[in-house]
Amino acid sequence: MAAGVAAWLPFARAAAIGWMPVANCPMPLAPADKSKRQDELIVLNVSGRRFQTWRTTLERYPDTLLGSTEKEFFFNEDTKEYFFDRDPEVFRCVLNFYRTGKLHYPRYECISAYDDELAFYGILPEIIGDCCYEEYKDRKRENAERLMDDNDSENNQESMPSLSFRQTMWRAFENPHTSTLALVFYYVTGFFIAVSVITNVVETVPCGTVPGSKELPCGERYSVAFFCLDTACVMIFTVEYLLRLFAAPSRYRFIRSVMSIIDVVAIMPYYIGLVMTNNEDVSGAFVTLRVFRVFRIFKFSRHSQGLRILGYTLKSCASELGFLLFSLTMAIIIFATVMFYAEKGSSASKFTSIPASFWYTIVTMTTLGYGDMVPKTIAGKIFGSICSLSGVLVIALPVPVIVSNFSRIYHQNQRADKRRAQKKARLARIRVAKTGSSNAYLHSKRNGLLNEALELMGTPEEEPVGKATSLIESQHHHLLHCLEKTTNHEFIDEQMFEQNCMESSMQNYPSTRSPSLSSQPGLTTTCCSRRSKKTTHLPNSNLPATRLRSMQELSTIHIQGSEQPSLTTSRSSLNLKADDGLRPNCKSSQITTAIISIPTPPALNPEGESRPPPASPGPNTNIPSIASNVVKVSAL
Amino acid sequence: MSGCSKRCKLGFVKFAQTIFKLITGTLSKDKIEDELEMTMVCHRPEGLEQLEAQTNFTKRELQVLYRGFKNECPSGAVNEETFKQIYAQFFPHGDASMYAHYLFHAFDTTQTGSVKFEDFVTALSILLRGTVHEKLRWTFNLYDINKDGYINKEEMMDIVKAIYDMMGKYTYPVLKEDTPRQHVDVFFQKMDKNKDGIVTLDEFLESCQEDDNIIRSLQLFQNVM
Repeated sequence: MAAGVAAWLPFARAAAIGWMPVANCPMPLAPADKSKRQDELIVLNVSGRRFQTWRTTLERYPDTLLGSTEKEFFFNEDTKEYFFDRDPEVFRCVLNFYRTGKLHYPRYECISAYDDELAFYGILPEIIGDCCYEEYKDRKRENAERLMDDNDSENNQESMPSLSFRQTMWRAFENPHTSTLALVFYYVTGFFIAVSVITNVVETVPCGTVPGSKELPCGERYSVAFFCLDTACVMIFTVEYLLRLFAAPSRYRFIRSVMSIIDVVAIMPYYIGLVMTNNEDVSGAFVTLRVFRVFRIFKFSRHSQGLRILGYTLKSCASELGFLLFSLTMAIIIFATVMFYAEKGSSASKFTSIPASFWYTIVTMTTLGYGDMVPKTIAGKIFGSICSLSGVLVIALPVPVIVSNFSRIYHQNQRADKRRAQKKARLARIRVAKTGSSNAYLHSKRNGLLNEALELMGTPEEEPVGKATSLIESQHHHLLHCLEKTTNHEFIDEQMFEQNCMESSMQNYPSTRSPSLSSQPGLTTTCCSRRSKKTTHLPNSNLPATRLRSMQELSTIHIQGSEQPSLTTSRSSLNLKADDGLRPNCKSSQITTAIISIPTPPALNPEGESRPPPASPGPNTNIPSIASNVVKVSAL
Repeated sequence: MSGCSKRCKLGFVKFAQTIFKLITGTLSKDKIEDELEMTMVCHRPEGLEQLEAQTNFTKRELQVLYRGFKNECPSGAVNEETFKQIYAQFFPHGDASMYAHYLFHAFDTTQTGSVKFEDFVTALSILLRGTVHEKLRWTFNLYDINKDGYINKEEMMDIVKAIYDMMGKYTYPVLKEDTPRQHVDVFFQKMDKNKDGIVTLDEFLESCQEDDNIIRSLQLFQNVM
């Protein structure tokens, strides 16, 4: 349990009053507050560092914690100082704000820790001084992106329960790693995209000559084969598009998306070609339509993350690209005009008009220099050289901006991938912490009951078995104990629960076994009736019970023991055997496990015996029962 | 048609603006509105003296309570999400969110959606230092989910189900589907004097005061602070 939340424990315990009228059984006693209850005022200041400043300095900003009466809540009467249990390093920055009026953000500090501290002292981050504001904003943005990323992947994980067929299909399309079928589909479509693109390319390669006619491209020579290939690819693409359309959660939005437009453009030429087969007029137009088939290569962007990053970069650099284009256009127009008028004089000049000079200007500015148009006059050559020099500059300027954008997005993606890879380890850690807390309760319950049994036996000189728990922990466990009492059910850990389930299903066999209480785990009994049922079973034989059973029986018996002080039978039995069983074992620092004999249906015995012995430190003692009340104390 | 042409004109204007922004390189201007964060609503409690007068706590105890409160909620008020998270930390086995929800609405007497320190401390003062009568009244208020002055079986069923949810899955004996229902039936048998299907405040107070177990368990948390 987090230390900060421990301060809320009184509230949680007070809220437990809400359970009282509902509960049928009396509640266990609260843990006695043995130590003298002192205020937990630790005489330290901001965790030990003493800061001193004038009161008027703090009162400069009355709408913060330190400047208002809120700090009286943190006043320590004994040492006459204000104590804050916070980070002294960040407090330094906070106090400097009061002194100088400027709030600085230390670069080495974690952004969320810093935000927490500012929130605690009631200071808005907006007043961070200009010197540190950029850094603060950048770090904050990165953090927000990380949180969003986590939320997204969490949502993806949690949307497991009962997805409709349509939703599963959509998920399979979007994340091919979710199922093998989706992966197969993904690779198959990728393969067909590649085949289709290669076909389009090879189709135009000249392929040897048919005797008696000129050289033909392969497409016309083996037209049937290519047509079949094309048909197959288009079939696959059509099916894929229709499936995506069916599975999409919002069909309208899907149709408008870029990828679907690419899909449609990739397959339309084929169908249009099917429709207008041999109409001479439009076949020319149809041939140009075929050029759209090259768009199939864009379908690869679903398969390649790098392509997607590139596309996203271009989109996010749209303003830089636009600026580049505009400035280039401006320069082209200027230089084309100049070159045209400079070369007007020379004869046989290729610079027939300003638009014709555009070609020369572009080729020169991009430093291509084909040489099909060259200036001949001196003025033309001068201006031509100025044109090529300025071209280099104009193009080189926006490129670093685009590159840095690309690099930022690429690294972000890499970090996201790394985070996803570490996610499993992180989740495992969280799970371990959570089960640790619940296991702590179960362990201490047994230890606590053992301790109570010891105390009641009147052996104060013996040390309590098991490690001592702090007051907070014992109060927390008392709270959980009250909840158990209210609902008449107990907490057990996962393995025992599964054993119970297994046994209850085993019990469904018709048999001549004597019913034992443990064979009816589903029976909800009140604590009072449970007790009476218990005592009827003890007189039976003392077959060694499985350890599991002992857990169940043990916990029930112990609960009776602790809550009904007037009941003498179980108490006396505790006294009886506890003496023998516990004393020698307590002296040794080991914890012993004992077994309670309960009647075991014989058929279950071998199964019980074959269970692996539990990993407990002490030996399994099996004291034969003398009387009916063989109650041994078992502690883990 | 006029609406269509207006829309077209608007779209055209927008398009022209986009082209203009593209050319001048101001396409992705950071909007100023995005930069202004939503300022955190900060709430400060009344002075220590006033709170001491209004509740049954001493100054020291109020200090301790406030420190814990402020630690979890620096903004000075708890919203339901934070409340549920805090409460869930005490019950790692099961799901404490429903019971925390009902608790929150019992604490939030003015139904504002956030619990301030004054509300918190007032409720705690009743629970820990109040008379039996006050405690029982507070509990009645907790069970009465729609705050109409009566507890009916559905409300009680919700509350009991929420309590059982906190136990989680791994319990002994195994939780069955109708266990809460049986529990509620037992409760109503005891509380509903005139068997009309609802429990009024007077019936509740009377039945609880007759039951020694309940009275004794109410005193259990006297020394929590």
